Amino acid sequence: MKIKPLQIIAHIILILGVLLMIVPIWISFASSSHDSVTILTEGMKFHLGDQLARNYNEVLNEKGGWSEEVTAAKMFINSFIMALGIATLKVIISAMSAYALVYYRFKLAVPIFWLIFITLLVPLEVRIFPSYKIVSDLGLTNSYTGLILPLVASATATFFFRQFYKTIPDELLESAKLDGANAWSFFIDFLVPLSKTMIAAMFIFMFVYGYSQYLWPLIMTTAEEYWTVVMGMKIIYTESYEGVALPRTAERFAYIILSMIPPVLVVVFLQKWFIKGLIQTEK
Amino acid sequence: MSFLDLKNVTKIYPNGTKAVHETSLSVDEGEFMVFVGPSGCGKSTLLRMVAGLEDITDGDINLDGKLINNVDPSERDVAMVFQNYALYPHMNVYNNLAYGLKNRGIDKKTIEQKVNDAAKLLQISEFLQRKPSMLSGGQRQRVAMGRAIVRNPKIFLFDEPLSNLDAKLRIQMRLEIKKLQQKVGVTSIFVTHDQVEAMTLADRLAVINNGIIEQLGTPIEIYDNPKSLFVAGFIGSPQMNFLDGNLKNKTLSAEGFEIKDINSDFEGDVTLGIRPEHLIQSDNALINLKVELVEQLGSDNLVYGQLKNKNDFCYRCPGNQKIENGTELNLQIDENKYYIFDKSSGKRVN
Repeated sequence: MKIKPLQIIAHIILILGVLLMIVPIWISFASSSHDSVTILTEGMKFHLGDQLARNYNEVLNEKGGWSEEVTAAKMFINSFIMALGIATLKVIISAMSAYALVYYRFKLAVPIFWLIFITLLVPLEVRIFPSYKIVSDLGLTNSYTGLILPLVASATATFFFRQFYKTIPDELLESAKLDGANAWSFFIDFLVPLSKTMIAAMFIFMFVYGYSQYLWPLIMTTAEEYWTVVMGMKIIYTESYEGVALPRTAERFAYIILSMIPPVLVVVFLQKWFIKGLIQTEK
Repeated sequence: MSFLDLKNVTKIYPNGTKAVHETSLSVDEGEFMVFVGPSGCGKSTLLRMVAGLEDITDGDINLDGKLINNVDPSERDVAMVFQNYALYPHMNVYNNLAYGLKNRGIDKKTIEQKVNDAAKLLQISEFLQRKPSMLSGGQRQRVAMGRAIVRNPKIFLFDEPLSNLDAKLRIQMRLEIKKLQQKVGVTSIFVTHDQVEAMTLADRLAVINNGIIEQLGTPIEIYDNPKSLFVAGFIGSPQMNFLDGNLKNKTLSAEGFEIKDINSDFEGDVTLGIRPEHLIQSDNALINLKVELVEQLGSDNLVYGQLKNKNDFCYRCPGNQKIENGTELNLQIDENKYYIFDKSSGKRVN
């Protein structure tokens, strides 16, 4: 097989792109397997060291924070709960509101849709004080509900579900009606299974969105037991240099590597559905 | 009162279009009724009103002695086969058939029994575990019918179900639908724009134009005795030849020939209709046709030619007869099989 020059160039560009993504992650991972002294004296490492298990064990289980109570493991759990809650609720609420907008042809459907759409212009960071006020008046600070609730409405997902539902032929609804399906069973028996690839895609996006939230949990949580991974990352970087202790660089790298795992897992797990949906044209 | 009774049923869309004018119609139990007409004539709207998918603006629909105007489609006990089948793409064939039964709260064993019976009847047993996307057009068609049959409804509604199939399959499915309906004996309404389908399937035929039933009757009645210009032109293939003429003192003159002793007192401009198959070659000729084109169908020849004021006048003769372009044929109308219509109103006058 003859390889054209253009193909070689294309592959070089692709490989460079991949390296640009992979190399920093590899360096972090390799560096997380040495001890901090080595890294401080010799710089970051490309090869694996012998401190892997020790560093990761330390990061996960050592109690930190001002009160020395919270561990990184706890922060991972918090982040996971928050991201899972946000993604799940976002998908459910968006799918349902899109269902209402598309299938219930009430007069205000279009204005309401645009009203929902406009909220894209007002992200949480803009309305953070009023949101905080509401959540704190409800007594939801320092709780998972408080972490999740203000972030569950999503215009983007509503928009995507709406566009998808609009492509479903009317005959399907009519046929289902004649088969005795009511509004609820049409949603559950038809729209949900038909849009499962859409749901998987939205879930991935929203999970990563929830997982990477920084400002909201920072403001919301005063108790360390609700700290999230991204907050932890900030804290671990601004570790105090009091006393004679060296900066714990290797553990920082270990923490960074660990923080990447949950989103990667979600993507890997749901990608199966994703690709399955792309191959089987079910419409 | 008959099984299905439509009384002055009217449909006006919110934008003011009147799709169906005051239409009355009865369908007997077990009858195969066909609605035929050009696209946009309101035949599908009428069907969808029976199904409950369109609101009725005015009038009454009774099914099995019960007024169903405001009954929800799911409660009407009707089953419909859609043009694009509307199979449930994410369910396998078994669940496609079973879904309606599940919603009616029938127990699993009975459902299985019914689905298997229907599948056997339609010869789709081997596909029960497949998804609709893995089936051919004809198989999907069968599944769509299976979904209707399995519920054992009071009435079957077919909305142009054959128009997505290729010509050969369409003829085959047409036959199967007719056989199936005779076997199952369910009252059916079939909507189509194809007059051949209409003629072959129907026990009775309703020719619809502009939201009005132009004529109602058995296929042969309508073919032999069309009541209006529209029906005459719509039913029959190839289409009836129409010639402009004038009727006076029971004498019709058109295209340079005359027909005397016409059984009508009408006077004025008329349209004369002659079916291509009702012409014969004769020495005692009425019409002189200069042949321009011959379509050889094998069994028949369709001969087209020019008259004085009429292009593409068609004459149908047996296929074994050899006719060259440019020859002149002398044609006579067979046994006075001609139709005269009032030119302005389109109504039959003889």
